[in-house]
Amino acid sequence: MSRLWRGGYLGLIYLFFYLPIAILIVFSFNDSKYRLTWQGFSWRWYEALFSNEELLQVALNSVTLAFISATLATLMGTLAAVVLYRYRFFGKRLLHGLLYIVIMSPDIVMGISLLILFVSLNMPLGFWTLLLAHVTFCLPFVVVTVYGRLSGFDESMVEAARDLGAGEWLTFRKILLPLLMPAVIAGWLLSFTLSMDDVIISFFVTGPEFEILPLKIYSMVRVGVKPEVNALCTLMFGLTLILILIAHLLLKEKKA
Amino acid sequence: MSGAARIGGLRNITLTLIWVWLLLFVLAPTLMVVVASLLERGESQFVIAEFTIDNFLRLFDPLYFQVFWNSIYLALVTTLICLLLGYPFAWMISRASPRLRPLLLVLVIIPFWTSSLVRTYAMVIILKANGLLNASLLWLGVTDKPLMLLFTEFAVIVGLVYSLLPFMILPLYAAMEKLDLRLLEAARDLGAGRVALFTRVVFPLTLPGVIAGCMLVFLPALGMFYIPDLLGGAKILLLGNLIKDQFLAARDWPFGSAISVLLLIFMALFMLLLVWARRRRADSGEMGL
Repeated sequence: MSRLWRGGYLGLIYLFFYLPIAILIVFSFNDSKYRLTWQGFSWRWYEALFSNEELLQVALNSVTLAFISATLATLMGTLAAVVLYRYRFFGKRLLHGLLYIVIMSPDIVMGISLLILFVSLNMPLGFWTLLLAHVTFCLPFVVVTVYGRLSGFDESMVEAARDLGAGEWLTFRKILLPLLMPAVIAGWLLSFTLSMDDVIISFFVTGPEFEILPLKIYSMVRVGVKPEVNALCTLMFGLTLILILIAHLLLKEKKA
Repeated sequence: MSGAARIGGLRNITLTLIWVWLLLFVLAPTLMVVVASLLERGESQFVIAEFTIDNFLRLFDPLYFQVFWNSIYLALVTTLICLLLGYPFAWMISRASPRLRPLLLVLVIIPFWTSSLVRTYAMVIILKANGLLNASLLWLGVTDKPLMLLFTEFAVIVGLVYSLLPFMILPLYAAMEKLDLRLLEAARDLGAGRVALFTRVVFPLTLPGVIAGCMLVFLPALGMFYIPDLLGGAKILLLGNLIKDQFLAARDWPFGSAISVLLLIFMALFMLLLVWARRRRADSGEMGL
């Protein structure tokens, strides 16, 4: 009885999580513009998306931005995680705390604070301001992901390498980095997703000449429910799903 | 050796880079928000260097106090619903069979990472007047005409809970997973009933997870301006909508900054609470997510 209850409760919450998305996906293939009823399967809304050149340009902008910010955040975040793990230095706890605060802090505060910064530096809002903002909010996620892998780490490998005469640099390159690779890739994938999905921070630091997808979707969605938007949102969900599943598998892979 | 010098160099470069980055793009901007909140609004510039606390007092102006209070109320209701739904849910996952648990968990992680804008839009489809929920209610004969579900407070709360529930569940799960089951057995052996077991043992031990979860729900619930935009019409405003309007429409940066400082104060209070709860548990200071 209690098992039944439990299963039922879990099922209800999962239904709450997934039913709206499932309906969104089903409707994106519905061959009817206005009706709720099923009018047959159709690719027409996807065709409409892929023949919309303006939208394709916006999507390309977003992918470019997400690619560069994820790469920069991963480079910096991986190095930072290794340094935080391996060395003692002045202000180490403060650095930890600060990264933690960046993760926790509400997006809107980060958005307006960066807006104030960029405006007072007279920086024109657009690609560069978006890039700086995206690297900033991705960075702590990479550090946490990579650091998480390091803390479950077998210290004896590093010692063995050292006993065999490897210097710090060689140890880093030959031992640490290969073992960290799954977490590094996962960190990159998570950053890419974060960057592709961010609405609130981008909203404040974007400029007219560099439109990005989440903000485009926001302005489309405000006008109302349209089948093209269903298709676009389905694609966004599909992309996130794939990236997150890969990241999850990489992180679950047995730690050395 | 040159290897040591190179890694030493790399360490210093990394530390410099990360500190400069955080100083420039986190600390300095946050400080600027705090400063702006204490300055006066300018005519030609956004702020003029005139100290004032008026921006904070304006929150008590009846015009804004309504929004302020309503936003806090919505965030509190959202947090409470997420906690009540999420606590038993996280507990059940953490006690599920080891074979099933990874799957159950990944099904929470997916919505956690999925764009909350996309998910909010999916909610709009459901709640529309000619949407799925109304169609089902009509079909079941619960109502005879479509209910006005969209553009209500109800819709905003549903939307906030829908977006933020995973942010409650994951920290709770992290706290429950670490729970030592022998403590429960010990309490039971010592004669604790079910209620005492929960209030005296399980809840206190998972308190850090509860506080972290509440923070990750409450703070965004004040700020996610697109949720009332899409689900609440123009009537319902969050602090986030108020901030957005001050920066983009009204051009009153000092007032917008003052509201943001309020959010920072809420965050600081949660953080203090979290530090206190963790210290009480004397647990390892692991990073929650």
